[in-house]
Amino acid sequence: MTFARALILLVLFGPFGAPPAMAERLVVSLSNNRVAVTSSFVGENLVLFGVIEPGPDHAALRSNYDLVVTMTGPPETMRTRRKERVLGIWVNIDWREFVRVPSYLSILSNRPVEDIADADLRRRLQVGLDYFLLTQRIGPDIADTVRDDPFRVAFVRLQTLYGLYRQSSSAVTFLTPSVFRVAIPLPSNVPTGSYPIDVKLFSGGQMVARTTSTLDVIKTGVEQYVVDASRNYGLIYGAATSLMALLIGWFASVVFRRD
Amino acid sequence: MQIYLPIADLPVNIFLVLGMGLAVGFISGMFGIGGGFLMTPLLIFIGISPAVAVASVASHIAASSCTGAITYWRRRAIDVALAMMLLSAGIIGTAFGVWLFTELRALDQLDLVIGLSYVTLLSIVGALMIYESVRAELRARKGMPATLRRPGSHNWVHGLPLKMRFKRSKIYVSAIPVWGIGFVIGFIGAILGIGGGFLLVPMLIYFLRVPTATVIGTSMVLTLITMASATVMHAVTNHLVDAILALILMIGGVIGAQFGVRTGQKMRGERLRLLLGLLVFAVGMRFAYQLVVMPDDLYSIRQVTEQ
Repeated sequence: MTFARALILLVLFGPFGAPPAMAERLVVSLSNNRVAVTSSFVGENLVLFGVIEPGPDHAALRSNYDLVVTMTGPPETMRTRRKERVLGIWVNIDWREFVRVPSYLSILSNRPVEDIADADLRRRLQVGLDYFLLTQRIGPDIADTVRDDPFRVAFVRLQTLYGLYRQSSSAVTFLTPSVFRVAIPLPSNVPTGSYPIDVKLFSGGQMVARTTSTLDVIKTGVEQYVVDASRNYGLIYGAATSLMALLIGWFASVVFRRD
Repeated sequence: MQIYLPIADLPVNIFLVLGMGLAVGFISGMFGIGGGFLMTPLLIFIGISPAVAVASVASHIAASSCTGAITYWRRRAIDVALAMMLLSAGIIGTAFGVWLFTELRALDQLDLVIGLSYVTLLSIVGALMIYESVRAELRARKGMPATLRRPGSHNWVHGLPLKMRFKRSKIYVSAIPVWGIGFVIGFIGAILGIGGGFLLVPMLIYFLRVPTATVIGTSMVLTLITMASATVMHAVTNHLVDAILALILMIGGVIGAQFGVRTGQKMRGERLRLLLGLLVFAVGMRFAYQLVVMPDDLYSIRQVTEQ
């Protein structure tokens, strides 16, 4: 009986180590649950507000909390390619395929994640870019490689350069010991889709509470119309674009006619 | 003012793109070419992926060649029969080009092929144009008449079978080289995002001896139809045509072309060809430099489209 219960506990909480006490409750709210990508979209700054509340057992709040917020974009499969010199010119020789990795990834915390939890816990909870699972296709298998794999490093570096991946240890601000504010930057090149937000609360090197939220990034108006048309009605879309070219060409010849 | 391009998936400055359209349109009007070989590299330079650039420039060239074709049509300077013959092979070439484009993209070698082809094509064509125009210029200085067309002089092309008569151009040639030229132009147009006018005009003059009166008009009709069909084919197979980008380029292009035409008419033919040759050659060298010099970043990322 006790053994069975222990087993259940292990299965339930195995991936997270010791069962979290869950003495606290997290309440979060996003400044904007829907971001519309319009023709004038140049990126947006979102704000997530949150409060730490005593849990059902009304235990007193602790004095020192750490917060790690992970926001991920819709999964995408991407190829990282490496150029090498062949016969004097630079050619894409080698590549790795990253299978269904987040198109956008923000890991935001109030202080460096290394100080919040030990490496073991960070790996299990995927806290920090180093420990975030980026699955590669390796032969017939799909798995993450070592952290310092050159393709993984290059992939993270390029995605960071494009503003799509980000790790910040100053994006979370505690306004009072139990009220926090998280600044989430959204660059202009974010893909549309659903963005799950995972909020983890730590105290004394252990996770004590966790909650989730979601942001939707959608294209609206003309942009959505153009994308839909091009994806679903390629022929009509292409014909319409060609027709537009002919009309503009004809219009110019009428307007600028000089004989 | 920033505008978000839905297919290219990035915001660009609308005035920058409009300005590029104007500048390339000016050059295209001045030399009577589509200007794709300038526009595609420019778009890649401002951060648009080569694939989207090639696919979208096709419709931009269609617009500018449409204006030109209408003007030449009014002057009755188009050989419809010749254009139709070139076109029948051009469409097949375009379809083949779009297919190869898709395959190369999947193999991660599209950028390399685009780069290599630009280097080869542009440096050879540019060098030939410079050579020809310098020679003509020197001859004119010595007081000799510049003769491009030598009536009566036949080359091997004229010995081929399946001869056809093209009344408007007053030529009698085999259909085989006509089809060959049409296929090549359609093919490279689709794969490189260029109309091919700067290749087609010399080919028609040197191989088929098409007179200057009909050569540009006929070339424009061909460019118009191959580029319009390349737009449709790229839209169907790769879904990479950005209509918003194309629209901005077209508007800039057709306006710029009008001013280009006026400037071009004030210049002598040889001088114009020398300038164009230098421009073509310079773009070719720019691509060569890019291929040979070690890139800033050896790594790059490409999104894999999942079905």
